[in-house]
Amino acid sequence: MRETVYDKIFKPKTYTLSNGKEVKQRASRAPLILLIVLFVTVVSWEVTGVDLSMLRTRGHQFIVILTDMFPPNFNFMNNVWGPLFDTIQMSLLGSIAGALLAIPFALLSSSNIIRNRLLNGFFKLFLSILRTLPTLISALIATFIFGLGTMAGTVAIFLFTLSYIGKLMYEHIENVDMGAFEAHESMGLSKVEAFRYAIVPDVLPTYLSVSLYAFEGNIRFAAILGYVGAGGVGLLLDERLGWRDYPSVGMVLLILMLVVFVIERISEYFRMKLT
Amino acid sequence: MNKAVAQQLEKAPNRKVYLSTIAIILTALIIWSFMGVNITGFDQRGTQIATNIFSGLFSPDLEFLFDFTSGGGVPGLLFETIAIAFLGTVFGSFLAIPISFLMSPSIVSRPVAFVTRLVVIFIRTIPSLVYGLMFIRVTGPGPYAGVLTMSLTSIGMISRLYVDVIENLDRGVLEAMTSMGCTTYQKVRYGILPQLFSSFLSVTIYRYDMNLRDATILGLVGAGGIGAPLIFAMRSYRWSEVGSILIGLVVLILAVEIFSNKLRERLVNG
Repeated sequence: MRETVYDKIFKPKTYTLSNGKEVKQRASRAPLILLIVLFVTVVSWEVTGVDLSMLRTRGHQFIVILTDMFPPNFNFMNNVWGPLFDTIQMSLLGSIAGALLAIPFALLSSSNIIRNRLLNGFFKLFLSILRTLPTLISALIATFIFGLGTMAGTVAIFLFTLSYIGKLMYEHIENVDMGAFEAHESMGLSKVEAFRYAIVPDVLPTYLSVSLYAFEGNIRFAAILGYVGAGGVGLLLDERLGWRDYPSVGMVLLILMLVVFVIERISEYFRMKLT
Repeated sequence: MNKAVAQQLEKAPNRKVYLSTIAIILTALIIWSFMGVNITGFDQRGTQIATNIFSGLFSPDLEFLFDFTSGGGVPGLLFETIAIAFLGTVFGSFLAIPISFLMSPSIVSRPVAFVTRLVVIFIRTIPSLVYGLMFIRVTGPGPYAGVLTMSLTSIGMISRLYVDVIENLDRGVLEAMTSMGCTTYQKVRYGILPQLFSSFLSVTIYRYDMNLRDATILGLVGAGGIGAPLIFAMRSYRWSEVGSILIGLVVLILAVEIFSNKLRERLVNG
């Protein structure tokens, strides 16, 4: 057993077994972790000004908007479809483009395919940095570059999908059993052929299922991108919320919920089939 | 080709029809989505702004970036964002515990589990920004509204992952304890909690990672964090300030991600 500083302060418990052997049980680290969590909680509590009594006295205000949403304004339904399809198209195009470009990026980042540490490191870092940017922020930047509209949203979703799938795929590719690849090579196949028959079948199901999953999440993301002017149903949401037209907001959310639910079901079905 | 091989090959299920239908549907979807998105390239203005953003990233406002003294600098704002995400995750993970038990079909009856699942889907679909607006009515603008929003939005994913953990509990341990004559309390304390605790903690840490990223966008509706200053800086074209905020954000999120991955690895491996 390796002794750390913690073990030196809080001595491990020693048991003597019936055969005379001694075993040590480390003192539980739970108190230390609990203390740290408690400390950080208190500090955060102070910084953010959390006040639970306010929740009791003014909590009903939260319900106000929710109750205003019911019953939803069904006449508004016809105005929702256009932006909704925009949202779906945005996330579809962004997801497909991102998923396609993720392949070369993932290959360039995998150390067992491209044997160049510098190149691998560079692309891994690039994907990580891309991933840290919240989608809404990249959408905002995109609206500055491409102008307001669906193009900005598509670019934001594209960037996020690229980083997400790229990272998951290079992790998967690096863990692929290279034995099959070597076997194919030793049988006289070229590197590309060996890749096609040894690695692709292993990686493909994961790739498809990850892509579907990313698409699912992207629809939800795309719904709020309109908030920064990047097109889609979020634009409508922002406008109606601004006018305090809550029954229409309720309608938008209801339709959004149905669409997300249906798409999730479809993609879940295919993902189940893939694994 | 060898006859036997040919016969064996023919036995393989013919998936051509299936695959080609999927290919046709996919192509149709791609064409349809191309029609919806009006592709615009860079115009003169766009390229100008892109170069401005990059020059801002490489020449950040250093004074703003290292302003540790007042709360208005990048470190102060990041600290506030960390606090919002942390409290939101703590509240959310506690709220998710009862919900996840109500959601797992091996603990409650199927209808109850189904209804809870529907409620959680309902909670999850409303965008966080809408919650932000609702909570601002309660608390007024500020980080407190952000904390409440984070707590509510994290419930969905956390409880879903908790359910997986609960469903995958090793029941053999419980059976062994029953056969040894343990009481219910002992079974919960030594049979269930140790199994749940580390997995729950791992899920929570993972969610903290995500919340930190989400907390940055809550500033958009005035719910605190670093999002609002970022957007103000962008709207007024102060690119060096934008650069310093983005650098701070990227460094923070990368650091937290590396740290949380290490922590979770240790939790899983014991």
